[in-house]
Amino acid sequence: MTGTTVMNENPLDLLPEVLLGASAVFGLLLGGWLPRHRQWIVAVVAAAACATGIVAAAVAATGESMTAFDGAFAVDPVTSTVRIVVLAGTLVVLALGFAPFRGDARESEFYVLVQLAALGTLMLAGAQDLLLLAAAYLLASIPAYTLAGFRKDGPGTEAALKYYVVGALLGVVLLAGITLMYAAGRATAYPALAEALPAAPEALVAVGLVGLLGGLLFKAGGVPGHFWVPDAVQGSAPPVAAFLATLPKAGALAALYRLVAVPLAGTDVPWPELIAVLAALSMTLGNFGAFFQTDVKRLLAYSTISQVGYLLMPIAATGGSEQAQPALLYYLAAYAVTNLGAFAVVCALPHAHTLDDYRGLLRRHPALVLSLIVCLLGLVGTPPTAVFLGKLEVFTAAVDGGFAWLAVVAAVNTVASLFYYLRWIRPAVSYGAPAKTRTPVRPAALLACTAAAASVALGIAGGPVLTILEGAPAR
Amino acid sequence: MLTAIVLLPTAVAALLLCLPRSTPRLVLLGTWAGASATVLALALAVWAGYRTGEGIQYEANVRWIPSAGIGYHIGVDGLSLPLLALTGVLFLACAVHALRQTHRVREFVVLFLFLESTCLGLFVALDLILFFVFFDLSIVAMYFIIAGWGHAGAPRAAMKFFLYTFTGSLALLLGFIGLYLAAAPHTFDMVELARQNPLAGRSLYGGLVLLAVGVGLAVKTPTVPFHTWLPPAHTEAPAEGSAILAGVLLKMGTYGFLRIAMPLLPEAWRSYAPVFVVVGLISVLYGALVALAQTQFKRMIAYTSVNHMGYIILAIGAAATAGTDTADARRLAVTGATYQMVSHGLLTGALFLLAGVLYERGRTYDMDAYSGVAVRAPLFAALMGVAVFASLGLPGFSGFIAEFQILAGSLGPRPVATGLAVLGILLTAALLLRALQRMFMGPLRLPEAPGAARPFPDLRAHEGVAIVPLLVLAVVLGLTPRFLLDIIEPASRGVLELLAR
Repeated sequence: MTGTTVMNENPLDLLPEVLLGASAVFGLLLGGWLPRHRQWIVAVVAAAACATGIVAAAVAATGESMTAFDGAFAVDPVTSTVRIVVLAGTLVVLALGFAPFRGDARESEFYVLVQLAALGTLMLAGAQDLLLLAAAYLLASIPAYTLAGFRKDGPGTEAALKYYVVGALLGVVLLAGITLMYAAGRATAYPALAEALPAAPEALVAVGLVGLLGGLLFKAGGVPGHFWVPDAVQGSAPPVAAFLATLPKAGALAALYRLVAVPLAGTDVPWPELIAVLAALSMTLGNFGAFFQTDVKRLLAYSTISQVGYLLMPIAATGGSEQAQPALLYYLAAYAVTNLGAFAVVCALPHAHTLDDYRGLLRRHPALVLSLIVCLLGLVGTPPTAVFLGKLEVFTAAVDGGFAWLAVVAAVNTVASLFYYLRWIRPAVSYGAPAKTRTPVRPAALLACTAAAASVALGIAGGPVLTILEGAPAR
Repeated sequence: MLTAIVLLPTAVAALLLCLPRSTPRLVLLGTWAGASATVLALALAVWAGYRTGEGIQYEANVRWIPSAGIGYHIGVDGLSLPLLALTGVLFLACAVHALRQTHRVREFVVLFLFLESTCLGLFVALDLILFFVFFDLSIVAMYFIIAGWGHAGAPRAAMKFFLYTFTGSLALLLGFIGLYLAAAPHTFDMVELARQNPLAGRSLYGGLVLLAVGVGLAVKTPTVPFHTWLPPAHTEAPAEGSAILAGVLLKMGTYGFLRIAMPLLPEAWRSYAPVFVVVGLISVLYGALVALAQTQFKRMIAYTSVNHMGYIILAIGAAATAGTDTADARRLAVTGATYQMVSHGLLTGALFLLAGVLYERGRTYDMDAYSGVAVRAPLFAALMGVAVFASLGLPGFSGFIAEFQILAGSLGPRPVATGLAVLGILLTAALLLRALQRMFMGPLRLPEAPGAARPFPDLRAHEGVAIVPLLVLAVVLGLTPRFLLDIIEPASRGVLELLAR
């Protein structure tokens, strides 16, 4: 921390967040007034807020790293990347939800809830203070619980209930962790904690960290907070599933990265080892779960659990490798694009639930199936898609950071994951009669193609992107 | 120039995808043949402009992802140029051979064109990640070819192929990362890494990197014990797929040894060379013995590939043996290994295309189902005979030059292993001749499988046009090897210089 930090309370530093929040509140009011067939205006407002937010975030990213509101919120490469990824992802989710929720009795509520959950995610990513972290956690979680049960049907209710129960439990664990950290460091602001924690009792910090990890891994959908993922993703509507499986991860993992990069950096707590073990568990359990799934959403749900494992690798290597931060951020962006692409395919074919329903689809919808292949092989990490470069980066960071064994585990897991992605690709390209011949939802299909193309483009043009992602996190 | 060669097939494939669905079959197949011919012509133009013995030429080095140490660096030298030309020849032969293809032609052609790009790209790549990108994409393309156009057991075989070779590729990637992190500044550039020799004096680190790279390449090559994916993949793939798989894709592994493992990890390679000698020897003998036990023609050819690749591994292992008195011998071994890649590509390509002809007529690869075919199809039998004799290393064919150099070069440094490996030649000769005899001599008997054409017509024109040039080239290379050796020898000297550090 530089000695001349001025008290900064300029709300414009949080322009993307402010826009999103204002648009959510405005949308809620607007939704109450508009007749049912005009509720789409709320979606337009939301999309405009996201788009403006992306521009604002990009402009902020070109400036110097800084902190706002007495150091509670950081605006640095980490925040900027998560802002752009989450806002762009939110745009995609809004677009995916537009067709299925069109004319729904609670159409505008859907848009508002998505925005609020995204806002919580953004706050998580930028939080530099444990109390703000707690508030962001709740803001990111509660609208998401509601979204999971949005359809009010059996699976949706189960999804919401499971999500809520696990979330409430781990939320309390998170708060307990914060309390212990506060007890250990006598502060909640990260810079102050960074000075105080190295001198604090190690056991106290360690237990506090475990609590924090519990909450953040719940948001990220990683082991051990992963129990909700398969049910919530399978039970909720496809656009909501796309949101739940992709965007909260960005906020949670950024928050975790910030936590280990600043307050915990100087402590003796063996957090790198702990996170490395959790990473290995996450990717392995996720893969095991995904092996014999026949429901596409459930398969993708388990695949997101395993992906958290790869995302945790650079976090474990944070202390040992300079590549950790660009690797994490790049992988986050690459994963968001690719995973949203895969979910867009699911949204485009709302009647195809099982792998078998995709049989013979290549002949009927070649572009859509090609996008699916690109996205699924992208998730495996086949070059030249973005996730390949992401994987290369996280593997490199892990080896560089002294976790070569983790890179080997990750490589083995990558091969294992190939198996279940191929189980999906194979029927789709097979030469059989399509099981169900319904036309795909057009906007979603278009988004799927765009996402697949973007995933390849991001992979090929990864050079300049990676350069942007460097730069130390603000303190 | 090289970029154009690499991208041309993919560009044509993209164009074909834009054509309407009603495009006639022959237009698609003709475009494929045309594109492949153009690629071959361009490759020959590169060959014509290549100045022997002056290292890497036609180089292009563009910044790609500088912050990750990745560059778009391509070029050819004496190791890659023959393989580049071989790729062009084999794809053209497959394009001609496939003229009768009727099943989902458009996808078939597009996949092969894409596969051609990845093969060409791999042989010109001078950046490890670029190499890896093409390596992985070739697996993807071949997976879809086997799964989509293979025989009954194709889905399983394709899955096995993908999982095995993908495992290998990830091991390779870990090895590359190890090399990258050892270099200062971090880079994936092969030329730069060869210059730096970053793992000098770090025996454990070097050993681990070589383990990862070696396993990755050994799976692709394939050597015993990583060869189990090969027989089902070959047996189930369509004829053109098998030809490319054996002719080009297997070379990616052996080429990787010469291009990456030996020059970039000289110290580790020298210390662990005996391992490669042993693995090579086992592949030679085991491949031949298992091939001897096969009743299916295509499976037998697949196992002889394991045997033939074993010679290459033996040679490059023997080439690492220390001692100044064997310098010439070692150069002979490396040159022979490269020559063997080209020779094996041509001959196995021809054999698999001939196997495709056999299957098309009789709907089975079972050798016991055929007898006395030579009476019905004399031309087919003649070509098969030529291919078989060439494959068992008869003088006058390319295989002889290759195997003679390998064995002569390896004998000095590794006498025992080489002596045993000679037995492999005897075994292959025996098994290939036995197969020839069983199928082509004796009383006429043809399979009665459903869908089999009883009359067993002789070779059709397009099949002959595809196969004959491969065999002619094998003879040309066997009679006048100098023009190819002149290209290869300086490069193998370069590899050995890098290895000697």
